[in-house]
Amino acid sequence: MIIRNFLIIFLISITSNVYALIEVDITRGNLNPLPLAVSPLSIDENSRSNFEKLLKKENIGSEISNIVENNLRTSGLFNPLDKKAFLQAPEIANLKPRFEDWNLIKAQALITGKVSYIEDKLRVEFRLWDVLAAKEMMALAFTTVPNNWRRVGHIISDKVYERLTGEKGYFDTRIIYVAEEGPKTQRIKKLAIMDQDGANNKFLTLGNELVLTPRFNPTSQMVTYLSYFKNMPRVYLLDIETGTQEVVGDFPGMTFAPRFSPDGKKIIMSFAKDGKSDIYTMNLENRIVEKITNHPSIDTSPSYSPDGKYITFNSDRSGYQQIYVMKNDGSEVKRISFGNGLYGTPVWSPRGDLIAFTKLHKGKFYIGVMRTDGSGERLLTENYYQEAPSWSPNGRVLIFYRETKTNAKGEGFSAKLWSIDLTGYNERQIRTPSDASDPSWSSLLSN
Amino acid sequence: MRLSKIFKNTLLVLTACLVLSACATKKEASIGKIEGQMQGDVYTGTDTVEYLADGVPDRVFFATNESILTTASRETLRAQAAWLRKNPGINVVLEGHADERGTREYNLALGERRANAAKDYLMTYGISSDRITVLSYGKERPVDSGSNPLAWSKNRRSVTVKAN
Repeated sequence: MIIRNFLIIFLISITSNVYALIEVDITRGNLNPLPLAVSPLSIDENSRSNFEKLLKKENIGSEISNIVENNLRTSGLFNPLDKKAFLQAPEIANLKPRFEDWNLIKAQALITGKVSYIEDKLRVEFRLWDVLAAKEMMALAFTTVPNNWRRVGHIISDKVYERLTGEKGYFDTRIIYVAEEGPKTQRIKKLAIMDQDGANNKFLTLGNELVLTPRFNPTSQMVTYLSYFKNMPRVYLLDIETGTQEVVGDFPGMTFAPRFSPDGKKIIMSFAKDGKSDIYTMNLENRIVEKITNHPSIDTSPSYSPDGKYITFNSDRSGYQQIYVMKNDGSEVKRISFGNGLYGTPVWSPRGDLIAFTKLHKGKFYIGVMRTDGSGERLLTENYYQEAPSWSPNGRVLIFYRETKTNAKGEGFSAKLWSIDLTGYNERQIRTPSDASDPSWSSLLSN
Repeated sequence: MRLSKIFKNTLLVLTACLVLSACATKKEASIGKIEGQMQGDVYTGTDTVEYLADGVPDRVFFATNESILTTASRETLRAQAAWLRKNPGINVVLEGHADERGTREYNLALGERRANAAKDYLMTYGISSDRITVLSYGKERPVDSGSNPLAWSKNRRSVTVKAN
């Protein structure tokens, strides 16, 4: 299901960024998103009709451009301009933009391109132009199977984002989450997977048993999650492509809160027994189980640092739920959260410098970040109930879920996915076909 | 046809009125009773309680973030232990739960800790651990879907369920 097949990328040309005039500062929030024009990919009539037959899309060029435009807009860093204002036709713009025309509508960057049908394949070439400098910044071409057209849009978005911000993008990614339905007292939950923009939603389980907290492995082909199969809450491993599932380890009780190690070779999780929850790892290659914490308290929600040397987790060993960091062998346990309130669900940023968390204080839930030594705590969003942040692969955006308060009759409950920039700006709901919780972001698929 | 429809509608309106007025009175009553249904933030009411046998309540309640058994909970568990001793063929599952005001993973652990507190107490009254299974649902299976302190107090519980 993770499609890596038939994707060939040609580098047509990439201009040195030393003299580029456009720079997007992604550390400062989206107060002034960069105005940019996404000219629809041009398409010849023969290709157009072939793709229409194949993909049931009238104009695949416009469809791909729409994906790019939507991605760039939702990043909050770019302001794609209204196509109605464009003066130059797509097929001409792609050859040589008339920069005065684009300047006139205040576009600082321009994306042009064309799509063609060549030997049953879809070929896209696109160019990124610096309008003020009147220069080409980048040109790339892709050839892929036609069914991959949405991914082409995501990859173009990632390339543009990377060229203009200097950081990797996060558009060619997927989200695994728990789809929810039914009354609050008897929720039905299924594992579901979708593209980062909500397209291609698929259910991976049927809803016969309660499932919780799915998380991708580093290559995004495996998922570890909690299932109540046969009323025994256990950590499972699922191969997305084959659908094969297996229990992780042979523990005499509940295992939960699983995550992969950064090399994908181990699963770290909690095992609850006799009122205590400790953290364990299981090596997936040799099946060796190691006990990492040993304390009468509740130790859970473990997450590795990206280099695998440290683990952050939450524990109530101080009397209340707080965040700790330790070495990967369980030594040198240090508490890092000291603010007012309870702290849970720590997740190490893929960049290594921050830990995102959930905080409960005076009846409100916050998503926040702190440095790995606990300093520099910053709360990004406050709500009635929200938790479980997961990082975008570039460490710039957090996705989490939010539940609503019910009314006096216990009605009005909902659970939705939301994302927010590390800056605290650009909070957005991510549309899902049903209620949703426990999102986990994949790695970049095209790397 | 049309007449019957009109009749039906009238009936609907009538029942709606009845339901509404019933709700109104019930609401007043329950507001008056809230004080009496909680001690600190531990639920002391009986709304959600079912019975394993006559005089043997199936559940015990906890304070926020706590797994300590109250005096009332110990009484309930002693009744359960006596009933289990009288019925040696019955095994039980202790289902531990948390309210919605915590993170999912911590709540799973907390539910397990609560059910174990109940299990330990049953064991001190002579019930073999072989007859008891512990199962935590965390915040996944509330009995009351309300978002208020009373609803949360009903949801912080360990329920003893017959396993066979």
